[in-house]
Amino acid sequence: MIRLKDINKNFGNVPILKHIDLRVNKGETVVIIGPSGSGKSTLLRCLNLLEQPTSGYLRIADDSLQLKEGDSIKQADVMKIRLHTGMVFQAHHLFPHMTAVQNVMEGLVTVRRQAKVEARAAALRLLKKVGLADKADSYPFQLSGGQQQRVGIARALALEPNVLLFDEPTSALDPEIVGEVLNVMGDLKQEGMTMVIVTHEMQFARLIADHIIFLDQGVVVEEGSPDQVFDAPTQKRTKQFLQRLDWMRERIPTGHEAELFAPQNEEVGIVH
Amino acid sequence: MEIFLDSLWPLLKAGVLFAVPLTLISFAVGLVLALLTALARLSSIKPLVWLARFYVWIIRGTPLLVQLFIIFYGLPSLGITIGAFSAAIIGFSLSVGAYNAEVMRAAIQSIPKGQWEAAESLGMTRSQILRRIILPQAARVSVPPLSNSFISLVKDTSLAATITVTEMFQRAQQIAAVTYEHMLIYCEVALIYLFFSTILSALQARVEKYFERYTVR
Repeated sequence: MIRLKDINKNFGNVPILKHIDLRVNKGETVVIIGPSGSGKSTLLRCLNLLEQPTSGYLRIADDSLQLKEGDSIKQADVMKIRLHTGMVFQAHHLFPHMTAVQNVMEGLVTVRRQAKVEARAAALRLLKKVGLADKADSYPFQLSGGQQQRVGIARALALEPNVLLFDEPTSALDPEIVGEVLNVMGDLKQEGMTMVIVTHEMQFARLIADHIIFLDQGVVVEEGSPDQVFDAPTQKRTKQFLQRLDWMRERIPTGHEAELFAPQNEEVGIVH
Repeated sequence: MEIFLDSLWPLLKAGVLFAVPLTLISFAVGLVLALLTALARLSSIKPLVWLARFYVWIIRGTPLLVQLFIIFYGLPSLGITIGAFSAAIIGFSLSVGAYNAEVMRAAIQSIPKGQWEAAESLGMTRSQILRRIILPQAARVSVPPLSNSFISLVKDTSLAATITVTEMFQRAQQIAAVTYEHMLIYCEVALIYLFFSTILSALQARVEKYFERYTVR
């Protein structure tokens, strides 16, 4: 479904992604893990061209792009790739001036030019699927964080993408409502949706992933099945990363320690 | 008191016939100008950016009164003759456009980048995103400053008197000249302006309330 070959991304002169090769099969769930600043989100955003790779080959479904340094992509090519993908953001980015159902309809009405009645019916079906049929006419500010994120998922599903991209979908949520979002993602996997997920939820990653990619400093350091990566990592950096997580999971920091760590380690508040 | 009541009707009539349409038309045209200018300023086409900056620079940097005189008294010497009412509309519209271009630019830029990205990820084009996602939110942000400009326009229409438009202030001058009741008449006309502004302020509150329907109360 997705194929990346030798993808590079620089911000100015700083390389963020280096020689990334990636393959995602249809119906597969790939989870990208790695420390903050490793380039996880950038990699994900390259898949729907919110970030334009500096160079490399990108194919999603049957549309592909070959980029050399200095190339700019034609808008039509961007759209082709984009319409294969749907994205769920960390901060949901719902349209605040539209109700839940209007958020989900927007792509259908504006991009696909569907009639409003039809689009609304389709949007309501999607909201029902994420368990929010009764919130259709609520504005985003009237919804809880978990509900907002589920509307975000419904919105991303509306244009029937081949691939769903999740950029840390639960990082901004309170721990007790993370579950409702993860459940929806689990359901999508059951239905055979192809998904690429960037997350700090290691237990969830282990549970849902068919394939784990560990990214550090813009390089794929290690990849494989969850058992392989989590239980028998072969690379030193992977081990260090996982050890650090284990250490934090076993010891619940006191309030004072949490304050000390919070600025440097965004994992602290997020791993459960 | 008799003079007050006698002059009230001619003054109100002048207000309704000239001040109100001058304000409404100039503000409507001015807003369109402001939006176009803001979009030009934000575009990546250099000449458009320069043109927009030049326009704002000229209009903001010179007195409205002088601009009105140039349009009404100056242009005829170039062979362009414009009626007093039209000249006033042109002058006021240009002014509204220039001042509010900056308001609208700031409002558009205040909308978080995530809104653009979310809309882009749905496959929307730049103009669709502007129209459907960004401008409706920017409109809400810009209501208070735009209302300011609207209300000050109501009062600025009195400047049209200087280019022979018989709007309220011109009528007041005429009545004062005949009755010698300067204090009374000018206070009366001030009250009428105050009356119009108060109605508009109330309207502003309504509009703000309308936009608040989707924000945290």
